[in-house]
Amino acid sequence: MIDMQDAAFGYGADPILSAISLRLAPGSFHFLTGPSGAGKTTFLKLCYGELVATSGAVTIFGQDAGTLDRDRVAKTRQRIGVVHQDCEFLDHLPIRENIALPLIVSGRDGPAQDANLDELIAWVGLSARAHARPPELSGGERQRAALARAIIMDPDLILADEPTGNVDWDMSLRLLQLLCELNKMGKTVLIATHDMALIRAAKAQVQARVLRLAGGRISAAGADL
Amino acid sequence: MSFVSDTLDLLRGETKADRVVPRSGQAAKLTVAVSGAMAFLAVFALALSLASGRLADRWSAALAQSSTIRLSAPAAEMEAQTWAVLTVLEQTPGVDSARALSDDEQRALLEPWFGPDLPVADLPVPRLIEIIETPEGYDATGLRQRLAAEAPGAVLDDHTRWRRPLVAAADRLRLLGWLSMALILASTAAMITLAAQAALASNQQVIRVMRLVGARDVYIARAFVRRFTRRAITGAAAGAAIGMLAVALLPRAAEEGGFLTGLGFQGAGWLLPLVIPLLAGVTAFWATRIAAFRTLGGLR
Ligand SMILES: Nc1ncnc2c1ncn2[C@@H]1O[C@H](COP(=O)(O)OP(=O)(O)OP(=O)(O)O)[C@@H](O)[C@H]1O
Ligand SMILES: [Mg+2]
Repeated sequence: MIDMQDAAFGYGADPILSAISLRLAPGSFHFLTGPSGAGKTTFLKLCYGELVATSGAVTIFGQDAGTLDRDRVAKTRQRIGVVHQDCEFLDHLPIRENIALPLIVSGRDGPAQDANLDELIAWVGLSARAHARPPELSGGERQRAALARAIIMDPDLILADEPTGNVDWDMSLRLLQLLCELNKMGKTVLIATHDMALIRAAKAQVQARVLRLAGGRISAAGADL
Repeated sequence: MSFVSDTLDLLRGETKADRVVPRSGQAAKLTVAVSGAMAFLAVFALALSLASGRLADRWSAALAQSSTIRLSAPAAEMEAQTWAVLTVLEQTPGVDSARALSDDEQRALLEPWFGPDLPVADLPVPRLIEIIETPEGYDATGLRQRLAAEAPGAVLDDHTRWRRPLVAAADRLRLLGWLSMALILASTAAMITLAAQAALASNQQVIRVMRLVGARDVYIARAFVRRFTRRAITGAAAGAAIGMLAVALLPRAAEEGGFLTGLGFQGAGWLLPLVIPLLAGVTAFWATRIAAFRTLGGLR
């Protein structure tokens, strides 16, 4: 799915990430932890091509991310479901259409998808709020909507940046449950989170590897859990 | 390929894709208003071009067969002097051909004044010799001098020559009309580019989110292109309609009424202004498309 060889990235002169070598195998389940500001979001941006590594190689679905043209980047993103840390909704559209947005922009929306869409909205508990606009939603509601949008396209790879940051423990577990089920169906999942309890809860359900990002480098963490 | 599908796309109604990009009121109103004003101006530039073109054509047609030589001579010398004049003309550079009008033709010319039974042959009517010039024309002063020597009864009547500079002026006016059209078109393109850039800039976040969920550039560009093309066509159609109405309501005068009253469309010419909204649409289409791809190229 994702292959990094000695990848490095910095917004300015100082590198945020350096010498990252890592492979996300198909069907794997990863957690990414690390202190705030360590570069977790930056790492995810490299994975879905919003940022390009300043050195080293990042391979997404077998394609070199550095040489992808804009159309290929778009096509590649259609195969990756991303839960963004700050959600990234269109505030003038109702939540239902925001969730359907990946379908709309790839020309796959239509009556055939409506039932699917409604089922997913019900699953994340937003049926009553489907016609509200994103600014009218609570932080947790927005995060559930963001997860729904990330999986509406049935992606091969799911990247979630703090997907449970604003929801209560019960909802966190439900969302985790959904991600675990998707993983059991063969999807590759990577979750960036601070929530150690969530990681422990996941370990009971799936085989998850925990990566720790600190000082610009990634290391396997596991023993401490 | 995407150009064709984009064009077909314009014919469809508002799609979901259109709603993804929020309406931008300011740029929209500006586009409609300026397209309208430009189309209004274009109608007049077009009318000016067509009218001065017609004038130039008519006058230069008249010029081509304008000169005549009036030959008054005693009946006995008439034939000889006619030959003398024709010989002189034959040798004059700038004269394409020359011929003496027949009695029948002369009678036809005089008929309105003297009735059909005029015995031309018995009257001391001057003989008329028609000169067809080459485009370069002949030297009238030189010809006059030679005629005076060879055929003293001949008078060169080149009263329509004064129109020559007028034809040049009319031709220039036609050119200026087309130039105005081109300038109007270029201004429209510039204005729509600016309006499109403003709309793109104010939708940065929308474009970003669309890119994040996997929208291709053509998809995003299309939402803007459709909108601006429609606005330009709508505005231009209204402007052209008002312009045509204004032209139609110009006071009419007789055919010879001159230049000002001739400023209008004739027959199928009325269909020409209908091209203006189409032209505005094509201009808006490309201006927006280029602006959109340039903006999108700057984002990841
Ligand atoms: N667009 C940007 N321009 C410059 N610096 C940036 C930009 N985005 C992030 N940074 C910096 O890069 C570093 C890593 O940011 P990042 O968002 O990846 O951290 P994070 O691990 O996701 O943190 P958190 O857990 O708080 O979300 C931070 O120091 C941040 O200030
Ligand atoms: Mg982050």
